[in-house]
Amino acid sequence: MAKVFIYPATSLILSDLVARFGHKPLGAALGIRERIQTAGVDSPPLQITPEEPKRGLKYAAVEVPSGVRGRMAIYGPLIEEAEAAIIVTDADLAFGCMGCARTDELILFSLRQSGIPILELKYPANEEEGVQFVAAIKKFLDGLENGGET
Amino acid sequence: MSRKVRIAQLSCGPEYSGVQKEIYEAAESVDAEVFFPDIALADVERAVDTFGLDVRSADLKLMIARGKALVDGTVDADGVFIGTCFRCAEAAIVRNELRRYIHEHSRLPVVSYSFTERTTAGTLLTRMEALTTIAHRRALLAREEQTGITMGVDSGSITTKAVVMKDNEIVGTGWHPTTEVIKSAESAVADALEMAGLTREDIQAIGTTGYGRFLIGKHLGADLVQEELTVNSKGAVYLADHQRGSATVIDIGGMDNKAISVIDGIPGTFTMGGICAGASGRFLEMTAKRLGVDITELGPLAMKGMGVNVPMNSYCIVFGTQSLVNALAAGSSREDVAAAACHSVAEQVFEQQLQEIDIKEPVIMVGGTSLIEGLVYAMGQLLQTEIVVPPHSQYIGAVGSALLASGFIKGE
Repeated sequence: MAKVFIYPATSLILSDLVARFGHKPLGAALGIRERIQTAGVDSPPLQITPEEPKRGLKYAAVEVPSGVRGRMAIYGPLIEEAEAAIIVTDADLAFGCMGCARTDELILFSLRQSGIPILELKYPANEEEGVQFVAAIKKFLDGLENGGET
Repeated sequence: MSRKVRIAQLSCGPEYSGVQKEIYEAAESVDAEVFFPDIALADVERAVDTFGLDVRSADLKLMIARGKALVDGTVDADGVFIGTCFRCAEAAIVRNELRRYIHEHSRLPVVSYSFTERTTAGTLLTRMEALTTIAHRRALLAREEQTGITMGVDSGSITTKAVVMKDNEIVGTGWHPTTEVIKSAESAVADALEMAGLTREDIQAIGTTGYGRFLIGKHLGADLVQEELTVNSKGAVYLADHQRGSATVIDIGGMDNKAISVIDGIPGTFTMGGICAGASGRFLEMTAKRLGVDITELGPLAMKGMGVNVPMNSYCIVFGTQSLVNALAAGSSREDVAAAACHSVAEQVFEQQLQEIDIKEPVIMVGGTSLIEGLVYAMGQLLQTEIVVPPHSQYIGAVGSALLASGFIKGE
């Protein structure tokens, strides 16, 4: 079972696909769950405190907006942990979105720099493309080292 | 029990900056609630297309859609808070255009703010308080005439001012440096009463404003304790005799600056800056001290100088003072240095704050710094307009408080 970073990280469909094909999806749900389960932190809605943008300094300089650094404090460690990644570009908002275009750029750059296997796909525009989309993801996940046959 | 004031939040990034809690707390402390306007996903792209600003960040698209819903009336709110990350260019464009759009197409009061992870509820308090005041107290803010005998006290960061008004006239004033907050207020009040020939018992209602408003308000048993954004707007248009129509109020204070776009005496959009003291009255105070003149002499001195002769382009009060010292050491005249300091402050306010509101004439400058004519001149040059400095402009907060307090006289 490989740890697969998903982009958009908030995509439940992508997360579900990765899990169904026997791998561990690394995305927003994981990053946020960890914070919500941290006792003693009271910073709704995501339990992100002003400490996160400071931790994000590991991934982006101080002149980068706090919102980008806060996001990177969540996604940066997941990218470091990832053994593979699936990137879906031009996704519909309903499929999942990261909110901030600057964070998008930094995450995609970090993934491409990491040297892990990456599958980059364009969001399907019709049913036929949708079938090919799922098939490509399945093929990629099946081919991962230590990948799970489902 | 009155309904809570509902403030619509249009934002990008506060939850990831860890400051959403601070926004909630600031709103709660002034009995308001912050909410996110509900938007159907299908409406987002449509709203962005109609608005015409092709941004890439999805949260900014959502901001635009929410702003449009407020203007279209599909979502009800009493005020709008627009917040985006400091240093984000894409967000700054959306923040400004959305603020302008809401201001032009609705009657909703709007405050915009760019936050960092260091933003606290305390920083946001005055802004939230102003939004709730505008929403809750429109009837009070509509008051154009002072009646009876009332007193206003403005407990500022550098000075404390008191004004006694009687039948729409200022009959007493008091001014003291703010040292111990209550003692300074007591001294200012005593001077104002003495000048008016009245006693505390004669005062029918009291209003307080400024940083120390809560403490002073409690101490004096004030009828009205109100933030300085609405109070100063009211005081400015009252003193400038321009209570109807549009106006712009600029108050360069000791610790922060206010730029307010006013309609019929009520703030429409406003900013309250204070990231750097280089653009504050404190810098001018330090300049006067370094030049060996009283702050009251700085303005006339600046009028005799040419600011362009002295390079002074730092945003920082420390480096700004260093530029000033270097210029004097290099042989610049005191007049030129004084003019450069005034220009530097005016330019920073112009660049950092006046870009965030709509400048409409008349431009009224108020507060203690409005008496520094070199500063008023520099601002006029930058805005290419004649700045109005009304009489008693240094007592603006106290006058606004006294005026509004008359709404609390029994039988009013």
